[in-house]
Amino acid sequence: MTEEPIIYCKNVHKWYDDFHALRGIDMEVFLGEVIVIFGPSGSGKSTFIRTINRLEEHQEGQIVVDGIELTHDVRNIEQIRMETGMVFQQFNLFPHLSVVQNITLAPIWVRKWPKKKAEEVAIELLELVGIPEQAFKFPGNLSGGQQQRVAIARALAMQPKIMLFDEPTSALDPEMIKEVLDTMTDLAESGMTMIVVTHEMGFARAVADRMYFFDEGKIVESGTPEEIYNNPQEERTKLFLSQILKH
Amino acid sequence: MINAEIEQEIIQPPLPPGPLKWVKENLFSSIFNTVTTIVLIPVVFFLLFSVISWVLFSADWRAVTQFPLLYIVGQYPRDQILRVGVILSSISIFLGISWGRWGGLLRSISIAAGLIFIVTALLPVQHPQLDQGMRLYLGSNTILILIGYFIGRLKAIKGSFIAIGWLLIPIFGVVLLTGIENSELIPKVPTTLWGGLLVTFLLAAGGILLSFPLGVALAFGRRSDLPVLSGFSTIFIEVIRGVPLVTILFMFSIILALFLPVESRIDRLVRALMAVTFFSAAYSAENVRGGLQAVPLGQIEAAKALGMSNLKTTILIVLPQALRAVLPAIAGQFISLFKDTTLVVIIGINDFLGIGRSIINSDPEFVQLRMEVYLFIALIYWIFSYLMSLASRRLESSMGIGNNM
Repeated sequence: MTEEPIIYCKNVHKWYDDFHALRGIDMEVFLGEVIVIFGPSGSGKSTFIRTINRLEEHQEGQIVVDGIELTHDVRNIEQIRMETGMVFQQFNLFPHLSVVQNITLAPIWVRKWPKKKAEEVAIELLELVGIPEQAFKFPGNLSGGQQQRVAIARALAMQPKIMLFDEPTSALDPEMIKEVLDTMTDLAESGMTMIVVTHEMGFARAVADRMYFFDEGKIVESGTPEEIYNNPQEERTKLFLSQILKH
Repeated sequence: MINAEIEQEIIQPPLPPGPLKWVKENLFSSIFNTVTTIVLIPVVFFLLFSVISWVLFSADWRAVTQFPLLYIVGQYPRDQILRVGVILSSISIFLGISWGRWGGLLRSISIAAGLIFIVTALLPVQHPQLDQGMRLYLGSNTILILIGYFIGRLKAIKGSFIAIGWLLIPIFGVVLLTGIENSELIPKVPTTLWGGLLVTFLLAAGGILLSFPLGVALAFGRRSDLPVLSGFSTIFIEVIRGVPLVTILFMFSIILALFLPVESRIDRLVRALMAVTFFSAAYSAENVRGGLQAVPLGQIEAAKALGMSNLKTTILIVLPQALRAVLPAIAGQFISLFKDTTLVVIIGINDFLGIGRSIINSDPEFVQLRMEVYLFIALIYWIFSYLMSLASRRLESSMGIGNNM
């Protein structure tokens, strides 16, 4: 393929003091792809996704996002963060701002949009994620599922090229997981480039182009959902899949 | 259907207790409670009765009522008193404009201020200094607040203009109070003549307005990664917090005067203001730092993930949440600053309490009346402290709307 990957990671290492959290991750993601990362807790999957927008710093290796290499240069970091939206496990909405203000804050202050344009986009996005009627409430008055959908709208408002999801449904009650996954499925079908850390195997099978299985800071196995589910090569992958698919 | 009926039965809230039941439940619920009630009720009634009869019949309020202007402005020249009036009136009109523009808490403050003006204008006492003109002036401030309110309601008034006005008032006020050398219109008035509530309010308002930003800056300084900055902030905060305010006042009034050459000597009142400001800033800094620590890391990460710089993250995300978390503590800090200004008496500044003391000491007859004077002074301090406390509670509840932080 002659096309340039939008995310290019080569031999990424990360240590927390003595703990070797990432041990040489290689990954290429192309425009429009949906990547699902799964693995046991402590396997480094969240750490890895957070190095892509520099919420965690990698100490060795190379990460290039949208043609910009992540270095200590603050301008590069902020540029990359503008192009990558992120959705967190704990939503992290700003509790002192209304839903609309949460969504318009970064477009107004970072993209320098006029307030009116930002608000129009915010309302459109709220319709997209299915909760336009919540626009003027505060995050504390929303259910977890609604909060996470606002968080998705907030990330989309910056019109990013890539969306990173760090266990977006892990903190949700079971009946709210579906509404968030539906929103993410719509987003994937619209052609957004996505990296999703999740254990929602149904979602992964339906939406992912490729899946990566992480364990102990390394990529144990990768492939299409078909390959991973029907024909896993590694013992570790088989064991983990049997555990999470059992129920 | 049956389910619905059962639900309705369960949902019925218990009836509120009647007055008799309330008395039984709250005053006579146990033997100990009954005894306490029986003993305390006569004591409370006796105390109330003695206080009220003393205030109305035995107390002699001459030492308070004879010198209204002295209590308010101290020795400020009586022919220049209009200058204080101009400042008060411009604050009134701006208060009104802000009320019209923003409402909310400003509405309560405006109404409180308007009421204070009306009450003083209509005080049922005969006094040469409270003549027709003075009453008219006080009453007109209430009208100015109302006029301001209607101006503020006009769409043409921009919030930023009002904010600039509020920034200019203190500067304009200080220039007007101090006067200009060799000016016919506003001759210089040395600060040694300033006194009373004027000085108390200047020190309190100045201290609050200056110590708050300084405290926020120190809080960030202490958390800074730069060792020089964090070291300086930490030392500043810990030194000031470890020393009584009285000592700081002495230091500023005596030591500062010793070290600086006579011609560049800082005005006495300014030195007192600096002492109060630094003292309050050190405490505010620790309050704000507590609030900064309470902001979850996830908030900062979310802001950064959106491409916001450190500065924008701090101003738009961290600071608002930190300040909201510590608002009650900061309000308490400012109320104690207001009361602590009374300590400037010991460096020879005649604030409100100082004026009371000098009135008592001016005449042997008034020494007998010191009880009344101190009670009056305490009452005035209580009124303003309580208003500040009310305002902070209002602010808290208005900031808490729809939040479960």
